[in-house]
Amino acid sequence: MIIQVENPVVEVHDLTVSYDRKPVLWGIDLTLPAGSLVGVIGPNGAGKSTLIKAMMDLLPAGSGYVRIFDKPIAEVRNRISYVPQRESVDWDFPASVFDVVLMGSYGKLGLFKRPRQADKDAAMEALQKVGMQGFANRQISQLSGGQQQRVFLARALAQNADIYFMDEPFAGVDIATETAIIELLRTMREQGKTVIVVHHDLQSATEYFDWVVLLNMRLVASGPAEQVLTQHLLEQTYGGKLTVLTKVGELLRKQEFPARES
Amino acid sequence: MNEFIEFFSFADANIRFVTVGSVLLATSSAVVGCFTLLRKRALVGDAVAHAVLPGVCLAFMLSGTKNPFILLLGAFVTGWLSLITIDFITSRSRIKEDTAIALVLSVFFGIGILLLTAIQHSGNAAQSGLDKFLFGKAASLVGEDLIAFSMVAVLLLVTTILFYKELAMLCFDKAYAKTIGYPVRGLELLLTTLTVFAVVVGIQAVGVVLMAAMLITPAAAARFWTDKLSLMLVLAALIGAFSGVSGAYVSYTAPAMPTGPWIVLIVSMIAILSFAFAPGKGWVSRLLRQRRNKTLILEENLLKLLYHLGEEKQDFQTSYSLQQILEKRAIPKKQVSAGLSKLRKQGYIEKTPAGWQLTLQGQRRGERVVRLHRLWELYLTQYLQLASDHVHEDAETIEHIITPELEQRLMEELGYPVLDPHSARIP
Repeated sequence: MIIQVENPVVEVHDLTVSYDRKPVLWGIDLTLPAGSLVGVIGPNGAGKSTLIKAMMDLLPAGSGYVRIFDKPIAEVRNRISYVPQRESVDWDFPASVFDVVLMGSYGKLGLFKRPRQADKDAAMEALQKVGMQGFANRQISQLSGGQQQRVFLARALAQNADIYFMDEPFAGVDIATETAIIELLRTMREQGKTVIVVHHDLQSATEYFDWVVLLNMRLVASGPAEQVLTQHLLEQTYGGKLTVLTKVGELLRKQEFPARES
Repeated sequence: MNEFIEFFSFADANIRFVTVGSVLLATSSAVVGCFTLLRKRALVGDAVAHAVLPGVCLAFMLSGTKNPFILLLGAFVTGWLSLITIDFITSRSRIKEDTAIALVLSVFFGIGILLLTAIQHSGNAAQSGLDKFLFGKAASLVGEDLIAFSMVAVLLLVTTILFYKELAMLCFDKAYAKTIGYPVRGLELLLTTLTVFAVVVGIQAVGVVLMAAMLITPAAAARFWTDKLSLMLVLAALIGAFSGVSGAYVSYTAPAMPTGPWIVLIVSMIAILSFAFAPGKGWVSRLLRQRRNKTLILEENLLKLLYHLGEEKQDFQTSYSLQQILEKRAIPKKQVSAGLSKLRKQGYIEKTPAGWQLTLQGQRRGERVVRLHRLWELYLTQYLQLASDHVHEDAETIEHIITPELEQRLMEELGYPVLDPHSARIP
């Protein structure tokens, strides 16, 4: 069940991504509709984070391409925003909450320019939206996991982008933060933004997302949530890795084979 | 003492130059070092410092002069080469980065020492002073050298300040920097180049062997005093400057001494003092905090004890002798006496002819500790389903730390209870 859409915001064509020659994503081919909340779902090691990283060109594609708003990513950088996994940074860095959120304006500012008053206002507004305005001057190492996640979200909001990639924003956060985040995502969707979320909890998936991508090293399904989240497709996704696929991947790594001939 | 006055009056032009030079070098490497440290590449700085030596020697052998620009160039080339080698080894083999750094450091330094020895035995008269690159000699920073090295140092400072926002983001969140379109590879290259240059200019004062300390130690010390990056840079620069001056002083008063070890000892002293005395994170303030906790626990336990005694008698206006108190609870006598006299000074208890007696405020505070103890026991039995004979020990600690706000929450969640799990009244 792979449903393609007209005028997609994101188009992934025949994308293969390898780590150390071993493919972790095989021939992904999908399109995503504008103004939707997209959940990327699959078991551990399925390549969910890898997929969104490759979409943003953070990882090199072994083959295939990604187009966003029908353009190569390099041309639309100022319209996309990324919320990395919380653990991907060192929270002991000497910075305040406000400093981190202000980074959201850096993309538009470009090199050398210092943030202006308007950027500071935007950062403060973003902090308000995630309910963290009282923490602006707090050192980031003193935050709880949920608060760290909110700070990352505020930074993305301050960017005022059109498409958001979020890597496990619900991982290890408290219920209050989870509710606050999903509320925020819904508001963003109403404003016509597209939000792509890596998610690992099946329970909440139906409730949260209107488009779901099921992934386990290969694309199992991509389509409206109610059509994709079926017993049959979920079994395909979670029913263990395809043994042959994994073994071939291992072989490619061991023999130092290229993923594509040319 | 005369030397001290002579030096710090800066009357001698030579002293002025050497001091200004040393300060510039130390400051620039300290500022660049902040980013090297935050990028977690401290060890790489050490490898570069050692790898600079063969470059200096080769440049001298090929040119036959000690022209500072040529030596700088040689140092820069091998410093860079060492970094590329480290990256190459890590990405193309199974060898991990720490091993690659160790390999590159020793190989490059080994070649450097080999070349240096060859030069020294070559009988070339111009070679004298080249060995200063090993351990540094601030006093030899004069004339052309001074101008060359200072120029690079100023350039380093300006570039770092210019790229402050970009470097900060690179160190904090590289992936994010890339998604918003920053030239991450270029910035990494820039930081690497800055690190190599900082090392290259610093070695004149400190020498290759100890250069890493100039790069990393001021930054590490500064980090203890502040959580603000801009302030950290300023503090590191000040620490660097101070060590630069002291290095110049030592080099001037004891010409036979290499300056490197002195500078490093001074910087390390500052770092150790920072680890020990910095507010909040320092070792002393942590020790003080633990001590404060201990006295708080002792005092509250004594108040609780007197309150318990009062509870038994249903009269809080009775005095108890030291003996009675000690019988109630096994606390060392010395501690009890010290705690009691402290509580008396604070006005929580009074000394009467018959012994010790709670004041009204003391009774209130004792009552609060008992209340918190029993509330916590109740909370554990209700919310954590612990057996009522397992909750006392835990409550003994928690009773001292619960804040008034948490106390309020506990009361609400437990529905303003009257009895604890052992059917004792909650006051």
